[in-house]
Order: sequence, then C-alpha cells, then structure tokens
Amino acid sequence: MSAPEETRAAVLDRIRAALGVASLDHARRTAVVRRLERHPRGTIPSRATRRGEERVALLTDMLTKQGADVSRVPTQKEAVGAIASYLGTCNLPPRLRMGADRVLAALPWREAWDIERSFGRAGPGDRASLSRAVVAAAETGTLFLVSGPDNPTTLNFLPEAHTILIAASDIVGSYEEAWDRVRAIYGQGTLPRTVNLISGPSRTADIEQTIVRGAHGPSRLLVLILG
Amino acid sequence: MGNGRQDFKTDAAHALADTALQKALQNVKRGFVVKREAARAKLPEFDTLREDARAIKDHTLSHLDLYLETYERKVAESGGSVHYAPTAADARAIILKLCQEAGAKLVTKGKSMVSEEIGLNAHLQAAKIEVVETDLGEYIVQLRGERPSHIIAPGIHLNKETIEADFRRAHHRLPRERRLDQAQYLVAEARKVLREKFLAADVGITGANLLIAETGSSVIVTNEGNGDLTSTLPRTHIVIASIEKIVPTLEDACTILRLLARSATGQEITTYTTFATGPRRDRDPDGPSAYHVVLLDNGRSEMLGNEFADMLRCIRCGACLNHCPVYGAIGGHAYGSVYPGPMGAVLTPQLQGIDRARDLPNASSFCGRCEAVCPMDIPLPDMMRTWRERDFARGNPPFSERLFLKMWAYAAKRPLVYHALANAIVLFMARRAGARGRLSRLPLAKAWTGTRDLPAPQGRTFHSLYTRARRRGRV
Amino acid sequence: MTSTPAPSPQGPLVGLFVTCLVDLFRPSVAFAAIKLIEAGGARVEVPRAQTCCGQPAYNSGDRQDTIAIARQVVETFERFDYVVAPSGSCAGMLRVHYPRLLAEDPNFAERASALAAKSFELTSFLVGVLGLTKVDAAYEENVTYHDSCSSLRELHVREAPRRLLASVEGLSLVELGESEVCCGFGGAFSVKYPDISTAILDAKVRDIIGTGASTVLAGDLGCLMHIAGRLVRERADVEVRHVAEVLAGMTEDPAIAAPRQKR
Repeated sequence: MSAPEETRAAVLDRIRAALGVASLDHARRTAVVRRLERHPRGTIPSRATRRGEERVALLTDMLTKQGADVSRVPTQKEAVGAIASYLGTCNLPPRLRMGADRVLAALPWREAWDIERSFGRAGPGDRASLSRAVVAAAETGTLFLVSGPDNPTTLNFLPEAHTILIAASDIVGSYEEAWDRVRAIYGQGTLPRTVNLISGPSRTADIEQTIVRGAHGPSRLLVLILG
Repeated sequence: MGNGRQDFKTDAAHALADTALQKALQNVKRGFVVKREAARAKLPEFDTLREDARAIKDHTLSHLDLYLETYERKVAESGGSVHYAPTAADARAIILKLCQEAGAKLVTKGKSMVSEEIGLNAHLQAAKIEVVETDLGEYIVQLRGERPSHIIAPGIHLNKETIEADFRRAHHRLPRERRLDQAQYLVAEARKVLREKFLAADVGITGANLLIAETGSSVIVTNEGNGDLTSTLPRTHIVIASIEKIVPTLEDACTILRLLARSATGQEITTYTTFATGPRRDRDPDGPSAYHVVLLDNGRSEMLGNEFADMLRCIRCGACLNHCPVYGAIGGHAYGSVYPGPMGAVLTPQLQGIDRARDLPNASSFCGRCEAVCPMDIPLPDMMRTWRERDFARGNPPFSERLFLKMWAYAAKRPLVYHALANAIVLFMARRAGARGRLSRLPLAKAWTGTRDLPAPQGRTFHSLYTRARRRGRV
Repeated sequence: MTSTPAPSPQGPLVGLFVTCLVDLFRPSVAFAAIKLIEAGGARVEVPRAQTCCGQPAYNSGDRQDTIAIARQVVETFERFDYVVAPSGSCAGMLRVHYPRLLAEDPNFAERASALAAKSFELTSFLVGVLGLTKVDAAYEENVTYHDSCSSLRELHVREAPRRLLASVEGLSLVELGESEVCCGFGGAFSVKYPDISTAILDAKVRDIIGTGASTVLAGDLGCLMHIAGRLVRERADVEVRHVAEVLAGMTEDPAIAAPRQKR
C-alpha cells in the first residue's frame, strides 16, 4: 500500500486532470473560499416562514405525525409533571437519566420528588432519559441536540423512552435558521462532535413495509414545548 | 453473482417466476411511488429545490479537489483523520489496518452501499474480525448471505415468514416457543440481539449520505438509530464514503436533505439525521475517541472527465429504482450488482466494465420515468444509451443482432431499397397471417411470438398505397 | 378511399413523417393523420425519401448509422413548414435527439435545431399548432388511452389527445389506473429481453382490462402492437386502435391484430 501522501496526491491529481484544471488556479480557490464564507441558502419552503403559534403548531403537527408525543407546558412545574406522568404512561419506573444541562437541572424537581435522577452518559440499564434541544426547525418537526456533558448523545439512543425539552422561543422555522443558532453557539465552521436532528421515535419499515417503533433507538419520544 | 452475461437473463427469469418476490415488489411499486408523490404534493418548493440541488452538486464537482482539501483540513482540526483510497482494495486495506490497530474483534456497521461496493465485510471477516450489520434490513440479508436488493430498503424482497425462519435459524439459543409471526416481534428480537453487539463493538463503521466541507462533518440518515449506536458507542468510528458525497456548506446539506427522504420513502425527513464531526471532545462523556474518514475514489475521478459525470450528482435516494418498470419486474438481485435499477445500470459498467455489465444498460425500455423522478436531474436513459454505444463499438452484441441491425441500417439509408423490401416483406406476412389478422409464429421472431401474437400488416406499405392513391387522384 | 376536396392553398405545408411501423404495418393510420391535418386547415405532402427516424440504430448504440439517417431526414423534411408524425417516439427523435446527434456537425447543427422546432406528434400538432378543438367523428365505445412514454415524458403530450377524444360523439373515456407506467415495448427491448418486456406488459394489460373499456387507444404504433399482441394472445375482448383512426372517423378497417371480418 502506498504512503498516505502518495494516495492523497494520486486522487487529487486525478480529479484535477479529469476537470482539466491546475492546482494553483487562483480563481477557483477564491470561488470556493467565497462560497464557504457566504454559505448561501437555497430555496426555503414557505411553510418554514410561519411565525408564532402557527410555527409551534407546525412543529407539533409534524412530530405527532412522525410518532412522537408532544406536550405544550406553560411552566416549568408542568414540565416536571409531564415528565413524571410520561414515565407512568410508558410503564417505566420513575428513574431518569440526564446530563449536566443547567436548564434541566433548574427545573423544579421537588414537584416530582419520587423521580430518581442520575447524571451522565446513558448505559444499557437506563430506560428513560431527558435531554434539551438547543433549537428546533418546525418545517419537519426536527429537534437539534448537541453532544457534550450537558446532553450526552447516548441519552438520545439507548433508553426506551426519551423526553426532549425545547423552549418555545427556541423553535425556528427552517433548518437554515436552526444552523445559524448552532453557529452562534459554536462558531463558524466548527461543530461539536455530534449534532443529532431528531424528528420522532425510532422506527423501521424493513419488514414488509410495516412500521414498527423502537427498532434500535427509543420506541417512545416525548417532546415538551416549554413556554 | 454477476459473473457474465448469461446470469442476468437467467436471474431475471427466476425473479419473474418467484411469486414471493413479485408480491414483495408491490411494496416498491405501490408503496414508495405513492408516498413519494404524496410528499412532493405537500412541498410546493420541491421542483425548485431540485434545481438548487443540481446547481450545488455541479458547482461542487467542478471544484471537487478544493472542497476535498477543505474538508480534510476541517476533519483534522476537529481531531479526526482522513485517508484517501484510490481503489476498493486500498479502502479495504486501510479499514482493516485501522481495525487491527484498534484491536477490533467485533465491528458494527451502519448501512453503507459503498462498503458493499468494496466488499468490506468479507475482507474483515477473513481477518477473523466479526462484522455485524445493524440496519435491520442489512442484518437480515447478512443472515441470509445475500446482497441487498435495494439501496434504501435492503430486504424489501423478503416477507415476514422468510425473516422468521432466518431468525429462528440464526438466533437458535432463544426459546423455540417464542412468537415471531408479526413484524413487532421480529423487530423486538432484532433490537435485543443487536443491542448486545452495539455495546460490545470495538469499532463502528458507517457510510455517509453527505460530507460537509465547511465543518468537516459526515452526515447519516436513518430511521432506526442504528447508525448512531454504531458511531457513538465503540472506541473508534470509521466513515467510508466516496468522494462525490461532499457538499460545501450546512445550507447545501439542508437543500439536499429536503429532497432525500421525500424521494426515497416519501418521509418528510428520516427520524435521525446525524452530523458527526471528529472524535469526542475533552469534556464529552460519550463518543468514540478516534474518528477516521476513508475517502474512496474507485472510478469517480474518471467519471468526472467522461460522459458519466452527471451520475456523480446521485444522492442514492433510490427513486429511480422505485419507478423503474424493469426493477419493478425483476427486483434488485437479478442485476447482479451492488447498485441495481437505473442508477445501477449507469454506475455498474463504470465499476465492473461494460463487457461484464452490459445487460444492465441494455435491459431498459427507456421509458424515462427514472429521469423524471430523479431529484438531481440526472439523464439516466441518455447515459445508458452512451453505455450501449460503447457496448456496440466493442462488438459485444450477439452476431445476429449486429447483422440484423446492419442490414436494417443499410436499407434505411436507401429509401428505394427500403420501400421495395418493405413491400415484399409485408405482403409475405399478410398472406401468412391470412384472415386471422395476426401471426402466432414467424421465422426469426420467436422472441416476440413466444409471449405475444404479432399483428399482421395490412398488406401493402403506406408509400405504395399513397403513390397509387395519388395516381388515381384520390389524395 | 373517398376523395376529399383540395385543402386551402393558404394553409401551412406539413411534411408527413409516416414512421416505419405505420408504413409497414398500418398505413390506415397515416391516411387518418392526413385527413386530420387537412381538416385542421393545413396541406400535407408525403416525401417518398423517408424510411425511419433511426431509433432502432440509436437505441442499439449505433450512433454512426443514426446520424446518417438523421441527416437524411433533415434534408428531406426541412423544406416543410411543419413535420408531423403519428408517433410520440418518432417525433421525440426529431424534436429532442436530432439536435443532440448533429450538434457537432457544422453542416447540420442549425438545420437539425430548426427542424426540431417544427416537428410534432400528431395530436399535439392538431391542438397546439392548428388550434383544432374538436373532430367530426363518432365512436360509441368505452375507450381507455395509453400514453406512450415518449409522448408523456419527452414531448409532454397529455391533454391534446384527450381534448380531441372528448369531442368524438358517443365516446366515453375511462382513464387507466397507472397511465404513467411503461407498456414494456421499448423498441428492440421487447425482443432482446422478452420475459421482462412481457412482465411489464402484463401489468399494463391488467390495467386496461380493469378499466372495463372495450377499446384501448394510443398515439404510438409500437406500444399498440405490443399491447394488442398480448391482449389477443390472452383472448381478451378489447379492441386496439391508433387514436388517429378514431379521431378521423376511420374505423372500418379491422383493429390491430383483429381478424379481417369484424366480429
């Protein structure tokens, strides 16, 4: 096997030969740099331009169609109540795995004193988890969750029931607006290890096109819209 | 599978006679087609997005080297490594080395057509590494020792009774009296069995639907979440992707993602769309500690410079398969290729050579539905025809076909000869058919008359009748 | 053949592109086409120096012969105001593919483009160019219509034949369940891969029979011969005709693959 440098050069040279261009073509390089800097948007669907309550309704509608349970909770207290009751609905013991997210930590947990909370990444024994989404795009009911100690990625996939909290004010219309929010947090051209766009509970149609929930990820997803 | 020309016709004949397969193919013809149309109807901007997507890909491909360089730099900045693989053999070797360096005994895999293309699993297994497919459809075909029959729904050719039999055979330690007669039981069992593998895997290998130059990210779309468990739980995550998967920015990814699921299954979006960028960061409590991207060429750079460059826009949605009458009749396995259907008919000869793969671009009626539904505006029938030109130039078609074509072309270029011969032939045929008006048997026409009658000609050519009518002042 | 009054010398001059299948198998389609075009106010000539549009060579990968034939067609037909073919696939060849085939030929590139711009499938010509909205014909049958792939996807012909059929007295049109799906003919494909071709055809035949129509029409003789060949082999009671025959009120001849004596 050739050295990595050689194979790299081989592939890039072949590409340039096929395109009939030279490596040091200044105009091409400028075009690329400019486009990356500008990161222009394409066509944004008109449904993504809804505002206010219409936008929240769109998110709710999309998520519900995609198999999620969605609840609007005006206050933090009701949020905690909804979480507790969801665990009951799912027939799960009152144990919840979550990360170090401060907003989630600041919820009035004394209102659900019997929920045993534990913190950190999820393990195979964790049956219910709670995360917070940084932003959601209403256009397809898509929540954006970022990796890190606040909301470890494994919380999104290992447990049977997953609850995602999203502030109503963090719901935008389009994917592009959502990414701008992410950029605002992490900077240009930099992302955390993972950004999970989640639009419903896990499902598969691989057996005769019959939809079954909980293929590998959570079979139940509760989205709590706060505020 | 796919050793030579005879395989295609034989395999197609078997497929046509396979009632279980024919029933399963209804899910493609009725299911995906109807759902895609419904999704399209719900998104008024669908066709404009196709134009946007085409422009993105055309721009990217014409600057592919530069975007790859940018992508590579960003991956390194995020703590990952990029490895270039000019050929399939290179890619296999690189991935095996990475697995061995990681001390891998067990590898889990998210669905990756490119990994099928390079024959990765067999290569790793030969080195005594256990490889487990985790996409449910892929897992099932892996149990069966088969290749996927559809690029999106690998097990679409199977019914649940077959899958139940496979599970009982493969999961033989589980209690025999358990129920597996419904999809939900099969899925629950797969979840349990594969959960153990997810948790025990040393290395997770996924493909990538997209690579993003701006951030050095790889993107996978799944409904199951298997791709995420594959990429997050093991110590090492390896992404295998072909070089044309790259797009410049997150916005470009948004445009293409709006088309991908809708074109594939009619979903607005897949349950999970994951943007992965490098290994775990210092404070991350989970995630792999090593992130590698293997960039595969394997003929793509050659395509950039030939008549098949447009094919590099393909986002592997499978819409062309779903709408193709040939795929709908014979299913994916008969194509003898990792890539079946219209996109396979264009890509496979590039990968295998036209001599070996000649049936694929030839077995098309050029109905054009593939091109009509392709979200990336790829002129698939034109490219199949270009392959036929290459095929013809190499003298591949059977002698009788070439002879007949030569004779026909000779006459077609000489109207007088043509008209004279035509008159003689249709008179002969009309007489032979007689009052019956059709021919159930005709020399040299068995390929037609085997299954269809041949309508009799009216007896004289139009030109001779017209000339006569003009002479008689009747036209 | 009844004599028709000479059309007005003022109307445009149409060169009829007969198509090889019509020429060999069913001249009555061309006579029907002439009648319709003249009814629409145009004059028709049929140049004798025509044979085929070149599709068999083209789709077999024989580009050289295709180009030679294309040049011939351009030379023969470029003098006309319009070129009309009773076939979507042949019209598609002239309209869409000739300019591409001859793009590199300095002698023919522009001429091919010019010809393409004035080449039409029959029904789209009648409605779209001549402005014909109705025909003077009667056909008291339940009819279903098969859109050929070339008409539909290369030429975007869908409404024109239906518009004209709607004006045929006594005719009621019932749509196929899946009119966008190929019949499986595809030219030489029908004999190179007969099993697959027939399997696709069978789905179309089931669809046709499922409509309950007594007659199936289309604008392409290749599709029609393919469909008729299977319908009759399966002993289905459905007549097959070219749409031009019905629109021109010329249905005395036996239907495609039908016996000489009408039932």
